[in-house]
Amino acid sequence: MHIMEGYLPAFWCVVWYLASLPFVAYGAWQVSKIFREHPEQKIIMAVSGAFIFVLSSLKLPSVFGSSSHPTGTGLSAMLFGFSVTSVLATIVLVFQALLLVHGGITTLGADVFSMGIVGPFVGYYIFKLLRKFGIALPLTAFVAAVLADWATYLTTSLQLALAVPGGNVETLFIYFGGIFALTQIPIAIGEGILIWMFFDFLLKSRPKLLKQLLGEKQNSTEASA
Amino acid sequence: MKDRYKYALAILLMVAIFAIPFIVNPTAKFGGSDDAGAKAVLQTNPNYQPWVQPLWKPPPETESMLFALQAALGALIIGYFIGHERARQEFLKKMPKDGRGD
Repeated sequence: MHIMEGYLPAFWCVVWYLASLPFVAYGAWQVSKIFREHPEQKIIMAVSGAFIFVLSSLKLPSVFGSSSHPTGTGLSAMLFGFSVTSVLATIVLVFQALLLVHGGITTLGADVFSMGIVGPFVGYYIFKLLRKFGIALPLTAFVAAVLADWATYLTTSLQLALAVPGGNVETLFIYFGGIFALTQIPIAIGEGILIWMFFDFLLKSRPKLLKQLLGEKQNSTEASA
Repeated sequence: MKDRYKYALAILLMVAIFAIPFIVNPTAKFGGSDDAGAKAVLQTNPNYQPWVQPLWKPPPETESMLFALQAALGALIIGYFIGHERARQEFLKKMPKDGRGD
């Protein structure tokens, strides 16, 4: 997700930087801890980051006649939580802000907050919630990935609504939501299917490592289902 | 259902999701929601002046190259991992059961 360079007033630039900073700092600390203590998880983290790289580079058409980027953050959110995901998302967003005129340095804090924190936060907790109700793994991954993507664009809509001085936030939120959140519905579903496929593959290939990452006990019947 | 059919079906579904827009909305321009959002900012607040310009604007050809590069880097890592896992499974099949890790 990208708010264009210079399109957030300086006040909100600072607010979103401050809001994102603790998550990214904590995430960076977690990444170095995982590298030290669980080097076997490195490759999965690299792949999770790679999904963010690929998906956020694509501009996909939506039924509503516009295009938008998927976020790809769902996988990393489920496996590593939202702080680690915020680090991976920041890397991608800096690359796009500096080299691709997508997003910007003044809007980086806001973009990291929506794509790196709120989206993954929603994905992570939806995933945990659905698991509590005993819903099977690849399906929960689909739902969590879809909602992580969608929540990102809802957050962007809110960020832009808040930034209009003296405006009615509710009306503006619906207005910006009509641009971002609507376009995003089919794109989020497409992204969810891709993450579902990969999760299914991962479940069969590395059941033990996956359960370790998810903090769940090994359940042999599910891996073969 | 066999995995390969399941995955083939999933891929078909994805293609459909991104192909149907062109059928139901053939005259649309499919502009980016990023740009539409920026225009909307100026509409809701006509006095707003973007206060910072991007440091560097790549020529359009370079921009599409960099986007492709970004996707290629990610796809390279994912492809490497999937190949690695398939080879690993083949390898484990040939090993005695008690020697298996995960």
